[in-house]
Amino acid sequence: MQTVTFAPWNDPNEKPLIRFQNVTKKFGDFTAIGDLSLDIYEKEFFALLGPSGCGKTTMMRMLAGFENPTQGRIELSGQDIVPVPPNKRAVNMMFQSYALFPHLSIWDNIAFGLRRSDMPKNDIVDRVEEMLKLTRLEKFARRKPHQISGGQRQRVALARSLAKAPKLLLLDEPLGALDKKLRQDTQFELMDIQEKTGTTFVIVTHDQEEAMTVASRIAVMDEGRLIQVATPDRIYETPNCVYVADFIGDVNIIEGRATSVGPERYRIDWSDSLPPLTATSATPFSDGQGCHLAIRPEKVSISTERPAEADNAVEGKVLDIAYLGNLSTYHVELPGGTIVKAQTANTRRISRRNISWEDSVWLSWTATAGVLLAE
Amino acid sequence: MMRRFLLISVPYFWLLILFLVPFVIVLKISLSDTALSIPPYTPTFDWSDMGAFFRALDFENFLFLTEDDLYWKAYLSSLKIAVISTFFTLLIGYPIAYGMARAPEEWRPTLMMLVILPFWTSFLIRVYAWMGILSSEGFLNQFLLWTGIISEPLTILNTNTAVYIGIVYTYLPFMILPIYSALDRMDGSLIEAAEDLGCSRLLAFWLVTVPLSRNGIIAGSFLVFIPALGEFVIPSLLGGSGTLMIGKVLWEEFFSNRDWPVASAVAVVLLLILVIPIVLFQRNQQKQAEAEQ
Repeated sequence: MQTVTFAPWNDPNEKPLIRFQNVTKKFGDFTAIGDLSLDIYEKEFFALLGPSGCGKTTMMRMLAGFENPTQGRIELSGQDIVPVPPNKRAVNMMFQSYALFPHLSIWDNIAFGLRRSDMPKNDIVDRVEEMLKLTRLEKFARRKPHQISGGQRQRVALARSLAKAPKLLLLDEPLGALDKKLRQDTQFELMDIQEKTGTTFVIVTHDQEEAMTVASRIAVMDEGRLIQVATPDRIYETPNCVYVADFIGDVNIIEGRATSVGPERYRIDWSDSLPPLTATSATPFSDGQGCHLAIRPEKVSISTERPAEADNAVEGKVLDIAYLGNLSTYHVELPGGTIVKAQTANTRRISRRNISWEDSVWLSWTATAGVLLAE
Repeated sequence: MMRRFLLISVPYFWLLILFLVPFVIVLKISLSDTALSIPPYTPTFDWSDMGAFFRALDFENFLFLTEDDLYWKAYLSSLKIAVISTFFTLLIGYPIAYGMARAPEEWRPTLMMLVILPFWTSFLIRVYAWMGILSSEGFLNQFLLWTGIISEPLTILNTNTAVYIGIVYTYLPFMILPIYSALDRMDGSLIEAAEDLGCSRLLAFWLVTVPLSRNGIIAGSFLVFIPALGEFVIPSLLGGSGTLMIGKVLWEEFFSNRDWPVASAVAVVLLLILVIPIVLFQRNQQKQAEAEQ
């Protein structure tokens, strides 16, 4: 059976909803965004991910209309929106601080945007009730923002920004102020609401887990540039550089020199005393070229005996064990001093675990487990 | 329990000594009659014959206030002048406070300093300075004549206009500071949110900024209105014979007429009139404190 996957970015006939064309934004001498081009498609849940100061918030503020690009063009449905002021854009934003009006009730907060449009009064009432229902806030309609909890405020902010049914909803660190448990629940709620309303969401976050959970595609940013734009699984499994590999999740980076030993197969010399490693790579490397092998801890197996058949196997000593409940991460020191992390699922009770500190263990992984990166 | 009682009793004792006792003395004088003696009223307090003392007190002076239309005209005129000057103080103070709250962070202490700076000079000297500016040979007239806007000097000093200028100038900081503090606390993203939801700049100001600085506006207005109502120095130095203000009447009763009982009656009525805005002001402050909890 063929499943229809949502991937408009692979369809050359699809017109993007938002198009950044060679956008540059400077604040004085500081370049916040440097010559950036990006397409975002309708109904996407697009995440802008990066450390603070990478330019992700500037991107969002340019979409909302609070900042104008120094150079370049931003299109919404094919129209240049740079000259359009924020109050005339079919774009709404959910602010990091929520920015709920403290002098208005929850009901009036949600109705605020609708009252600025030429919507008839009865329709406003219906729309607000609909939004209250969508965000499960019916009981709190008459309260003021300071009389409800943080999680409820977050939902009011969402309801208010969705009320005008914008073409594009911007979410600035929407879950930053919530505690971890509530954040996880809310992530699924957000995805649910995004699917129900069919609105295009652009979310700004520095939390890679959040981006991985909610987004259809992620743009990893650094210093005003896009480093990689891809689906969460592509970003995780095939990062295009060490920066992305390191930013998303946990990773072991082994530096060495590549030598071709077969079709898409390379030998990596990385240590004077230890045997070379083997890895596959679709991107070609010339012989003797410097390379980084990026390998996720969960793809490294740990055992007390030397595994019989493994492309790569190294012996080391357990330095640390991080017990996370469901998972354990072993920090293993190799003879050269390199530390490699290996992660296993704790399918057995802890008392039956047979690897302890200072134990000599074998780490092994297949040739396809890691990604070979040039930089 | 005892400790708490002691703690509370300190401010109450303070109020008793510095407010209630003087008030009772003034009230007592207002119920007395004028006399050519020292002090210039009768009866004076006499422990030996309390009955005669209390019998001698009456409301004659208060009755007198209602008979002579000078007094209620002065009250009304004071009320009018206080309201109008409060309005103008707000009109000038709000933009200044707004500008201060929007100014770059590093400028704000300096701007705040500039607002408070006039207090470093005596109030009286500053009002005298205005006489120098507003008189017919004053700086303002000379400047206007020099620019050619007017050919004859304007008569500003000794009119109500001069009184308005004086009150607005003197009480401006009392208007600016509470409004500034309200605006300064406001989250800037609220304005962006309003714009994002379809407000123009002006509408966002009206629908968000103004309601959120409401408490500052109310506090500032009372802080200007209450002292302006009883103001004496400004109308007597800058105002003319046509400027009728209760503070001036009060002064004249005390020092020109030496009619202490009538002057005291004027003071008691003024106090009663002022109690209303003071209570409203306190209510506003209390509500604000509750909202912030």
